[in-house]
Amino acid sequence: MDEMDEILGEFLVESHENLDQLDRDLVALEQEPGSRALLGSIFRTIHTIKGTSGFLGFGALESVTHVGENLLSKLRDGEMVLTQEIAGVLLELVDAVRSILESIEASAEEGSPDHADLIARLTALQCGSVAAAVTAPPAQAVTILSHSVAVTEPVPASEAVVPVAAQPAPAVLAGPPSTNPAEEQGAAVEPVVVPEPAAAEATPLGELLVEKGVVQPEDVSVALMEQQVASDGRPLGQILVEHGKASKEDVGDALESQAAAKRSVADSTIRVDVDLLDSLMRLVGELVLTRNQIVQHAGGMGDQNLTRASQRLNLIASELQEGVMKTRMQPIDHVWSKLTRVVRDLGVSLGKSVKLEMQGRDTELDKTILEAVKDPLTHLVRNAVDHGIESPEERVRAGKTPEGTLLLRAYHEGGQVIVEITDDGGGINPKKIAAKALERGLVSADELARMSEREMTSMIFLPGFSTAAKVTNVSGRGVGMDVVKTNIEKIGGTVDVQSTHGEGSTFRIKIPLTLAIIPALTVKCAGDRYAIPQVSLVELVRLEGEDASKGIEQISGAPVLRLRGSLLPLVHLDNELGLAAERSDEQRATFIVVLQAEDRQFGLVVDEVLDTEEIVVKPLSQQLKGMGVYAGATILGDGRVALILDALAVAQQAHVVNAARDRAMAERLTELDGIASSTESLLVVGLEDGRRMAVPLATVTRLEEFPLTQIERVGSRQVVQYRGQILPLVNLSSYLGSGGFGDPQESLQVVVYSERGRSVGLVVDRILDIAEEVLAAKSDLDDHGLLGSAVVQNKITEMLDVRQAILGADPYFYSARELEESGVPA
Amino acid sequence: MSTQQLSTFSVDRYDFGVEVATVQEVIRYQEMTRVPLAPQSIGGLINLRGQVITAIDLRHRLGLPPRKPGVLPMNVVVRTDDGAVSLLVDKIGEVVHASSDDFEMPPETLSGPGRELIRGAYKLDGCLLLALDVRRAIDINAAV
Repeated sequence: MDEMDEILGEFLVESHENLDQLDRDLVALEQEPGSRALLGSIFRTIHTIKGTSGFLGFGALESVTHVGENLLSKLRDGEMVLTQEIAGVLLELVDAVRSILESIEASAEEGSPDHADLIARLTALQCGSVAAAVTAPPAQAVTILSHSVAVTEPVPASEAVVPVAAQPAPAVLAGPPSTNPAEEQGAAVEPVVVPEPAAAEATPLGELLVEKGVVQPEDVSVALMEQQVASDGRPLGQILVEHGKASKEDVGDALESQAAAKRSVADSTIRVDVDLLDSLMRLVGELVLTRNQIVQHAGGMGDQNLTRASQRLNLIASELQEGVMKTRMQPIDHVWSKLTRVVRDLGVSLGKSVKLEMQGRDTELDKTILEAVKDPLTHLVRNAVDHGIESPEERVRAGKTPEGTLLLRAYHEGGQVIVEITDDGGGINPKKIAAKALERGLVSADELARMSEREMTSMIFLPGFSTAAKVTNVSGRGVGMDVVKTNIEKIGGTVDVQSTHGEGSTFRIKIPLTLAIIPALTVKCAGDRYAIPQVSLVELVRLEGEDASKGIEQISGAPVLRLRGSLLPLVHLDNELGLAAERSDEQRATFIVVLQAEDRQFGLVVDEVLDTEEIVVKPLSQQLKGMGVYAGATILGDGRVALILDALAVAQQAHVVNAARDRAMAERLTELDGIASSTESLLVVGLEDGRRMAVPLATVTRLEEFPLTQIERVGSRQVVQYRGQILPLVNLSSYLGSGGFGDPQESLQVVVYSERGRSVGLVVDRILDIAEEVLAAKSDLDDHGLLGSAVVQNKITEMLDVRQAILGADPYFYSARELEESGVPA
Repeated sequence: MSTQQLSTFSVDRYDFGVEVATVQEVIRYQEMTRVPLAPQSIGGLINLRGQVITAIDLRHRLGLPPRKPGVLPMNVVVRTDDGAVSLLVDKIGEVVHASSDDFEMPPETLSGPGRELIRGAYKLDGCLLLALDVRRAIDINAAV
């Protein structure tokens, strides 16, 4: 009887796959009612299930699928066109088949399902085709034309596979039926094993022939048309031969290469039991642990051969690990594809029109993570359709397209997988959320007053929250979002929401690539070692004794490090863990591990940074599972156990990621910036009598030195040739009445101002310095040519009125600019 | 009348017995990694042939005074639904046969948290063997 169980098992697995495919195909068919490819695929799937159920003696299943098959046959032959009603009933058929399969799975028997109603409806629809048939041919003609142009349509080709080429040996399990239309119409079960998934991807016959240059695209179109119109079951190849467009041999060759392609796609994959993969993963995990131990010991032994062998072991173990992890990776499409039906059904029942778009369907995730994330994803999608996207009328009123768009996006980034669910619906109103949260006592008025809009929106993740006006069957029981958050955090991921009221929302889920073996940094704290997953690691900072006390400030009573212009909140790990600090002398260096938790960074102060290594994550036992700060445990190279820290949990416990802290820090930052901005850079120069003058450095273009011999006179002015121009000079000392004291010099120090092609040079006796000063003390000595005086570098320094001085040299210096500014073209 | 085989061990001045089938193995002191912030009853984590096992200090669990400094506990590793868990005890005893006839309700002598964890006692010649309820003993979070 075991053999029977095996057969049954395989039947169930394959049927479930087929049903999922049916869901997808039916929803796609609704968008393209005339698609022969989809119709053909759907028909074949139902036919397969019917055939096998007959073979296995499941009468109810057979009769239900039989009626469905009849209906589909009419659709496929173009006698009927798919309507939403028909699609709905067909989807019901899929559900009915599923429920029978469930019963078979549970008890190896169908039970006694009553699908009389469904069968009656299917039959009724089928008969109702009489009226439809009249209008069918023109519609049919339209469909054909559009398809014949695109020769890549797989349907005609697969229907045209000549029996000769497509007859692999019969096997016990019925795969999809032989694809000869003649056989399909009324033949009994055809046990034929042809790889199903491959069929849809094999190159269609027509295309193959065109590729080979045997026929022209027009010939294929004509032949296709004839095939549809004649409906006598002649395969495409035969028609082409009859038309004299291709020879029998050419067609035969093409068919063979098509069949070959089909075979190889199927042969390259293999079905494996998940349990087997799990145990492989476990073994590899143990191997990694043992490898760590060997590598560590081998290093200390100094035996060349041993070292080499252990290095080789290292490489092999890493590759093996990578390979096994890959086997468990599945594309996220496995979960997404099921969502097409969910969205469709929900849209229909709520009267909303939703277009589902997907990007990054082949982004891969570890199977266990995929399982864990399936439900939260589904809930978020349902939520988007239920609460996010508005009804078509509302949308039109808001100036949007009546059809809403739901975009699913997945991609890898920084060791994680990001999944985004974006809708262009009504968005989330932070005020409404705030009010509801207040009403439910989830937050106090004080806390609300201090919240940002984003924080308010994020309150939807609080337990016990729901703003649905009425609790629909779908979502709104107040148990949805917080469960989503918990489930995602359980696997080490995060979820957040961004929304613009009226425009839409984006939910972003971040999940780790894999749970089992991760690279980590080991650190020492209070005599124990801890591991920190590298995925949260940003950088390592080491402060020598002095720098530590200088660089670390206190804001609202919490230590903060100024790192490259930003403030990093610090957490002392020994404090957080309630351990006695191994605080020795101040001279010792401070080690800070900069971690990223959600979108905040913080620094974890530890005693020592040890090493990076790959560790196997061992889950904590039930007694310790609830402890947020630990993500698990691992066994280090020397056999001792180390706890793995959860960066986010540590941050939360230390209250490092809270809004109040952020605000205090932001204030401090602006303070620091403010201080920086009220300092000015000044150029300090000396005049002939020793007077000190300062000018703002910002407006100075250049400092130049000209030998006296280069100075020339134009009228009463001194000028010098400078970069192709004539540079008028103003001797500041003379200009300000300080002249005549200096020793004649061989060269002049000139401060050059250039603007819009005009330049002026201020001659000074000496360039003294550049100073940064907070211009606090200023007195406005109203002297000619001066703006006042200030204390610069502890000396009284006069501030030059640069503008006046420049105008003294070139009255038209600013004219161009002023003209421009007043709107008059210069 | 039915006989059971019990693994025995002692904690403080009390002797305990646990069904043999529940015990995976008995080993001497293993180096433990402490778990800061964990409930006091958690002695630490040990490495048992590549598996990380949680060690629960029975002394604390039973409300008994802590071990004298320098005295190292032994490990009684028991099987549970959640995997293996180690119970930290003072001394390991032998496997004894006890009959259900000798089984009685818990004595009044043991008070405090310990009472909840004892199912009853076996009266054997000259000594009382307390039957430890392993499931309750390891369920730290249930206790408030």
